[in-house]
Amino acid sequence: MTAEAGLAALWLAAALSLLGLVLSVLHYRGTLDADRSVRAVAIVHGALCLFAFAMLLVVFARTDLSVALVAENSHSAKPFIYKVAGAWGNHEGSMLLWVTVLGLSGAALAAFSRQLTSRTLVAALGAQAALALGFHGFLLFASNPFARLNPAAPEGRGLNPLLQDPGLAFHPPTLYLGYVGLSVAFSLAVGAMLTGQVDRILARAMRPWVLGAWIFLTLGITAGSYWAYYELGWGGWWFWDPVENASLMPWLAATALLHSVSVLAARNGLKAWTMMLAVIAFSMSMVGTFLVRSGILTSVHSFAVDPTRGAFLLLLLGIYVTAAFVLFAVRAGSLREGAPFEIVSREAGIVANNLILTVILGIVFIGTLYPLMVEAVAGEKLSVGAPYFNAVAGPLAIILGVLLTVGPLLSWRHESRPVLRKLRIPVFIAAIALAIAFFALPQASILSKLGLALAAGLLPAALIPLLRRNPFRAPLATWGMAIAHAGAAVAIAGMAADSAMTIERLTAAKPGERVEVGPWLVEFVGVTPAAGPNWTAIEAELRATRGGGVHVMKPQTRFFTDPPTETNEAAIDTVLCGQLYTVIGRPDEDGRWQLRLWWKPMVTLIWLGGALIALGGLFAFAGHARRAWRRRAMA
Amino acid sequence: MMVRPKHQRLVLVILAIFAVLGAVLLAMWGLKDRAAYFYTPADVVAGKADPGKAMRLGGMVQKGSVERDPDGITTRFTIEDGDARVSVVFKGIVPDLFREGSGVVAEGRLEGRTFVADNILAKHDERYIPPQLGNQAAEHAVGKTVRR
Repeated sequence: MTAEAGLAALWLAAALSLLGLVLSVLHYRGTLDADRSVRAVAIVHGALCLFAFAMLLVVFARTDLSVALVAENSHSAKPFIYKVAGAWGNHEGSMLLWVTVLGLSGAALAAFSRQLTSRTLVAALGAQAALALGFHGFLLFASNPFARLNPAAPEGRGLNPLLQDPGLAFHPPTLYLGYVGLSVAFSLAVGAMLTGQVDRILARAMRPWVLGAWIFLTLGITAGSYWAYYELGWGGWWFWDPVENASLMPWLAATALLHSVSVLAARNGLKAWTMMLAVIAFSMSMVGTFLVRSGILTSVHSFAVDPTRGAFLLLLLGIYVTAAFVLFAVRAGSLREGAPFEIVSREAGIVANNLILTVILGIVFIGTLYPLMVEAVAGEKLSVGAPYFNAVAGPLAIILGVLLTVGPLLSWRHESRPVLRKLRIPVFIAAIALAIAFFALPQASILSKLGLALAAGLLPAALIPLLRRNPFRAPLATWGMAIAHAGAAVAIAGMAADSAMTIERLTAAKPGERVEVGPWLVEFVGVTPAAGPNWTAIEAELRATRGGGVHVMKPQTRFFTDPPTETNEAAIDTVLCGQLYTVIGRPDEDGRWQLRLWWKPMVTLIWLGGALIALGGLFAFAGHARRAWRRRAMA
Repeated sequence: MMVRPKHQRLVLVILAIFAVLGAVLLAMWGLKDRAAYFYTPADVVAGKADPGKAMRLGGMVQKGSVERDPDGITTRFTIEDGDARVSVVFKGIVPDLFREGSGVVAEGRLEGRTFVADNILAKHDERYIPPQLGNQAAEHAVGKTVRR
């Protein structure tokens, strides 16, 4: 019954989104005052989506093998937490989660929005309902998560140990909150363009959604990067894999939007610009969803052979993006002019930030889709990887970082003071860092040397906005900006250091032999068998020393029986900000084992920086929320 | 310098167009010699692949071909595809699912008649199926082989 209840809730939710769309159109045309009913429909719709998702969790928790999805993706012997997490670890379940987040976002918009005019809000809720309707159609006709299996399967098929990982269980929901949170920015932009009310009030309503979505995207990308780093055992932290790019593209667009929406909120400027970015940001979320969920990455051919899902998603993407762009083209000209600003001003700095982020986004977009296009059109297979992305996007990222040191120091509208003078100390530090990099790291690439120098200068520069007054009196949002920009400096330092300073050692060693890697002396003690709940392993013991204490590290090769797979578990030891990363390979006839050792100074700064960026977002979110609350309390 | 509001919008539009054009041009410049084409051993034997250029080679690991050099870390094997064969040399730890007789994609370049691999991709998990291997499986599944 549970599955049927979930399915019924989904149909009902689809019907409600249609109703919400119709009501909001009537309200927009002035036929009917439907403000309250559209809000109520959005809230009930969100609740129904949540109910359907809860039903899916229940059938997975119970391992109800008469549901096809459970039989294919779960197993009665799985640990409970992975049974539940398995609900969204597959195509249908993850799409239901996607739609649930969409529904809940609409419900929250309907329940908490106070400042917007009724017309704009209802139009935005109508846009949100239109999005929900399309994706409900996708769920019900192309990806039904509640389909029954008759007769029920005797046992489930999904016990893949590789997918039983806490990182993998909580990574998709985090990213989806980011992806789908941007849908509200999209709907608000569509609503405001319909009513022509693109103003500071709209920006204040949109900003928390952009900030929230951006925080989740930042966390999701950072966590995903660390997961790939420790789980894949390749020592790399970003592979420019299309799945990774699918999450990076919305982040780049959201970062640009976050900055331009602040201009709209503070200065009533960059109106059309901000609307455009809001449309692009969620479009990138849909592109990402399409890339990951259509199966097109696995194969353009299998996509062409069984195109139901992919074509459905592509159709939805095409309809929504085209409609929003047409609306923009028709309405952008009639929007009131934004407040003017000079070429040297905070606004101009943010325009530069937006332009560079857009160019980087375009480069990532083209690099990700180019192989698919070529294969679909010419039938040739090719791959685009790190050499392209690093060479083309890397220098732009450096330029963006340089502008980032200046931008926050500029005043709104018009800057007359000699701002660069404030940057004397950061520039001095950067110059020293650059000299040291050239001297101490002659073999490093130019890009990574520049990155190190940039990071050294950006870190102090990011804190300058706090120094103007008593730092503890500075608004929370200013703190947020400073923390996020400092986080960018920290992350850039980590990335540049990983490329410039990593020392790698690849060798075959007999037990008792010692291997040197950077400042470390690693003794290979030997291998022993080990076992876990559903695996056996060969475990190497390594004793790493560097001056004082001994670090014992135990990298493993694990063997799973059901299904038969083999995984490499790297052993990683963190010392300050650096990591010693060890992987064990295969034995040979002489009793030697392959060992791969990396010493990566400062590598943890990459993820620390990511976390700081998200923390900065959280400060800004809290600051704006507090100010909005006070404003409301005074009114 | 204060730009008049009417002009300001125009300037912003022009800047946005330049940004998009710039991205396209940069991307095209970058893709021109940085995209790694995928070849099968048959393509290589037929001389379709340029030596020295970054590429991917995909096929099956020939049974009985895997050997280890005395240094313990250099692996030599043969990737086959029907009748054609290409010998591969790789320095490093081969991935978990690298087996004789199973599918593999090697990244690297041709040096003479040997393929020097920087990286070996084997089917790892749901997330890391090399796309080209997926293609072969899919083509096989529908019972037709797409050939140029």
